[in-house]
Amino acid sequence: MTTNASSIPSEGTFNVGDHSSSGAFLLGQNLPLVDPALWKRRHAIDSASFTAQEVQIVLQTARSFGHILSRPIKKVPTLRGKVVVNMFYENSTRTSTSFALAAQYLSADLINFNVSTSSVKKGESLIDTAETLAAMGTDAVVIRHSSSGVCQQLANYFGDRLCILNAGDGYHDHPTQGLLDLLTIQSRLPEISGKKVVIVGDILHSRVARSNIYLLKLFGANVHVVAPATLLPVDIERLGCTAHTKIEEALDGADVVMCLRMQLERQSSGLIPAMSEYTRFYCITKERLKRHCQPNVLLMHPGPMNRGIEIASDVADDLALSLITNQVTNGVAIRMALLYLCLSTPTERSVLLRFQGDSV
Amino acid sequence: MKILLQGARVICPTSNTDSIQDLLIEESVIAQMGERLSTDGVDKVIALTSDQWVIPGLVDVHVHFRDPGNSDKETTASGAAAAVAGGFTSVCVMPNTTPVIDSTPMILYLLNAARPTGIQIHPIAAVTKGLLGEEMTAMGTLKAHGAVAFSDDGRPVAKASMMRKALEYSRMFDLPIVCHAEDCSLFGNGVMHEGYYSTVLGMPGIPSVCESVIVARDIELVRYTGGRVHFAHVSSKESVSLIRKAKEEGLPVTAETTPHYLTLTDACCQDYDPDFRMNGPLRADDDQAALIQALIDGVIDVIATDHAPHTPEEKAMPFDCAPNGVIGLETSLGVMLTNFYHTGKLNPTELIQVMSSRPAEIFKLPQAGRLEVGARADIAIVDPNLEWTVDPMTFKSKSRNTPFKGQTLKGRATHTFAAGQLLFSLESEQSEAFC
Repeated sequence: MTTNASSIPSEGTFNVGDHSSSGAFLLGQNLPLVDPALWKRRHAIDSASFTAQEVQIVLQTARSFGHILSRPIKKVPTLRGKVVVNMFYENSTRTSTSFALAAQYLSADLINFNVSTSSVKKGESLIDTAETLAAMGTDAVVIRHSSSGVCQQLANYFGDRLCILNAGDGYHDHPTQGLLDLLTIQSRLPEISGKKVVIVGDILHSRVARSNIYLLKLFGANVHVVAPATLLPVDIERLGCTAHTKIEEALDGADVVMCLRMQLERQSSGLIPAMSEYTRFYCITKERLKRHCQPNVLLMHPGPMNRGIEIASDVADDLALSLITNQVTNGVAIRMALLYLCLSTPTERSVLLRFQGDSV
Repeated sequence: MKILLQGARVICPTSNTDSIQDLLIEESVIAQMGERLSTDGVDKVIALTSDQWVIPGLVDVHVHFRDPGNSDKETTASGAAAAVAGGFTSVCVMPNTTPVIDSTPMILYLLNAARPTGIQIHPIAAVTKGLLGEEMTAMGTLKAHGAVAFSDDGRPVAKASMMRKALEYSRMFDLPIVCHAEDCSLFGNGVMHEGYYSTVLGMPGIPSVCESVIVARDIELVRYTGGRVHFAHVSSKESVSLIRKAKEEGLPVTAETTPHYLTLTDACCQDYDPDFRMNGPLRADDDQAALIQALIDGVIDVIATDHAPHTPEEKAMPFDCAPNGVIGLETSLGVMLTNFYHTGKLNPTELIQVMSSRPAEIFKLPQAGRLEVGARADIAIVDPNLEWTVDPMTFKSKSRNTPFKGQTLKGRATHTFAAGQLLFSLESEQSEAFC
């Protein structure tokens, strides 16, 4: 396939989802560009294995693709003729929609393959399903699964034959979420190094927390996590963060607060005594942010939110504070970037650099 | 039929033998041992060198042959073939089959299935009927028909009151209760050791205390009842330390660990390969170090494989959906020689002690674990320096779920005799492979 170079956006002002004074992509554009020909991956599976250089390639590619989202006709032919299959073994609306739109904006053909987790156990194995899709000419599969490690298993099996993109596996990793969060933070805080980022909530069951810890550490952020002791995984600090159980200590001087979804079943499985108790000690309120954090603190949430449980509504809706809708917009751009990088050839990617340069 | 094993290093911990000599097998027994035995009337001479070992057939007190009920995973015949390929001539099979080995007819069924294999297959009967933890089995009758121990392996005896009664009752027959130490509530939905790697890999953890709280409980129950416990597949440093103290006090407890706990850790789960999933799980570096030290000190008495076959289809699953268990009969000796003999941690006598003589002693198998004139000719010939690569496709076991696949090991059994019959010979295996 020859990339139609003119399909790569080189200009345009980005303002979709831009509710505050600075847009999702306005800052961070002046960072030095890394040659995208250095990208060697066929898969995007775990955040821990990304190098800073690879992450920069994803972010700069996402920034350039982001402009497409603000066009009246949101389509470029970059991945024309490529086939992407969304395999979601776990419920998801935003991630599957985000991947689907990302593929379609790039003109890839997209199939949504929704399966209930139970059919995995009694029916066809995941490898057989993926093999079938590959035999039909699929180029990339996007997988969301409740079992940690399935993307790694598939990548070990397929090698370069099929591109595997992890859309969240168990409690393991959710690399596109980590990358979109990084892009979102970098748009406001171009220099992430030394900034204090606090992740609040159910760290034990959170793939989002793990992805963010790895990627933020890569850029020198000072990452803290805070949760009730029953929701902090063993040895979490060995991942390179500081763990707390007291919200006040964690929030002290924070530049960014990332709030995680609190699932109702944590109460029934005996990990917390009551949602009201969780809210009492860990809910992100204006008062807590104001008292403990930096004055210009930024607030993020991967969604979907439980308003009034882990996050107060007035915090979520405060556009001076909340980057939540920017995260969603950036998610599409990040997924476009990963699809493009994993499905293109090195020659095609080196062409991209020129246009990324032009767009600055 | 007289077979003369000539000129090898004959090693037997029980009789304190370690010298170059000949050994004559006549029919099913060892007829003579000594230097330069006469070849007169001998049907077959196997000429060996001083670099080859003649040892008592190995004893594995913890295997699952899935018979009856799961002949897709293993059968008594395939399990026995795997055993002799690994140098084993005696195994104790666990009762968690379908149906459970909890009655006389089931014991008789097993012994009947075992007979044509030629090796010693000793049933371990259930502690409780159906492994349900409620009613005790008829231990005295089961012993009379051939049970050598009792265990609900695969699951713990959950109620302390039931364990107490089982210890009191089994004591009358002087047979051990084999304890699968696991607190089910602490186990939860765990799939690997709870630690750094379970956090990194995002998998529910099985904490070490899940094992050690039951080890502690059962040591207290042994102290109280005077019964005998053998701890199966010990995996954690906390359990090791409790067992060490109990032994120092002189309590009648014994313990086994597996070749995989001694040589692999939870870091091996990083590729999410279910062939590294078992229960107890592969634990951390410091657990491994404690187990190695305990084996050297004699706190761990026995190496057992916990040979647990599962089909490739069952293992071709996400890690958290795959069944627990790995096979070990065909790799145990190679792994132990490579990691303990060749590293100087155990000498040959010590190695054979933990893999043959000591398990035979604990499970009271009088026909196993010794080389003596008049004894049953259960013998393995070992080439400790033979390098080979573990290829599961060549296994005699019906299953392939080994965590040692692809590893190059140094040392293995080249011939295995059970009751004087040559049941395994590497040479004929290899020549068959070329046919």
